[in-house]
Amino acid sequence: MEKIQYDYSARHIVKQRVHVGVVGSGDLEVLLEPSPDARTHVLVNTSVDGFEATWKNVLDRFFARFQGAVSIEINDFGATPGTVMLRLAQAVEGLGA
Amino acid sequence: MNADAASRAGYRRFLERRSFIEMSARERVRAVLDPGTFREMLGPFDRIKSPWLPLQGIVAQADDGVVLARGTLQAKPALIAAIEGAYQGGSMGEVSGAKIAGALELALDDCARGRLILPVLLFETGGVRLQEANLGLAAIAEIHAAIIALRRYVPVVGVIAGMVGCFGGMSLAAALCTHLIVTPQARLGMNGPEVIEQEAGIDELDATDRALIWSLIGGEQRHATGFADDLLDDDADAIAAAVRKAFSTAPASAPARSMQVERYVELLRNIDPNLPPDGESLRRLWKRGSPP
Repeated sequence: MEKIQYDYSARHIVKQRVHVGVVGSGDLEVLLEPSPDARTHVLVNTSVDGFEATWKNVLDRFFARFQGAVSIEINDFGATPGTVMLRLAQAVEGLGA
Repeated sequence: MNADAASRAGYRRFLERRSFIEMSARERVRAVLDPGTFREMLGPFDRIKSPWLPLQGIVAQADDGVVLARGTLQAKPALIAAIEGAYQGGSMGEVSGAKIAGALELALDDCARGRLILPVLLFETGGVRLQEANLGLAAIAEIHAAIIALRRYVPVVGVIAGMVGCFGGMSLAAALCTHLIVTPQARLGMNGPEVIEQEAGIDELDATDRALIWSLIGGEQRHATGFADDLLDDDADAIAAAVRKAFSTAPASAPARSMQVERYVELLRNIDPNLPPDGESLRRLWKRGSPP
């Protein structure tokens, strides 16, 4: 099990919180909340060790497009990068709901 | 209607059905409660999670796999606890178990004061979480005690939809419910097939033989032998309607299944352990509602 943290700059305030996903095989849960400051904070708890570079690639790409100031906690149970992207997109989509 | 039209109508009904099995625990709770009344307690953002799993290198889910919600059923106050089968096999740990037990005990307090709360349990569980051992078992015992105390005031309604099923100590919790709803995909049993095969050998039970497993502990069999009250298709609306009906029908005059000790002792007497019956012959022996 590994804990990884990232920070990103952000452009706009987010007021809602969204929960999606499940810590099930090949899946993950995402807890998205307003950030306490104007930046985005990501904490990844993952069951699979040694994929720090992959996480960075996936998250860099995602937060290049999404500019909301959010705190995100990811609890991962071996999701593929594609599944991570889908869950993040689903969480952001939930902000509009 | 000719056969073609009939099969087309059946197909359309199938397509229009909302699968309950495919829903997450949270979606299931929303599907059962009156629309717009879902109010979650100790939700994922409260982060009341297992302190034990991370110590054993396992990532914990923020709600420990149990969704607790208040809301209404036909405008009457209700409490629903749903277990997320996709997280750790729906296992009951210290936190997830305490969430259910604590919620049932609060509902009991309210009922004792004359304010009826309708309790619903959506099971999807392999039983105790082995990583949390006795702490999970203690919580399961509290759940049992709370169900028995609550059902003196109000029916306790359980649902087993599948595909995990309901096993171990939580199978006892399901058996203690006043009214139990199952689908054909559900399984209800003390020991899961894999456990039986591992402990007693493949000659005793082949855990890969799905037809055999379901003929013994599947929803249809449990309904046919009187351990479940409703057998329903995997249809969220039908299940939500059956939950409401279970609360609105007059309480059964017969004592709870778990009180009918003599009856079940008598039924067990008809079975020769050296010649255990298959599913079909058990149905004949223990026909639904068969007299003692």
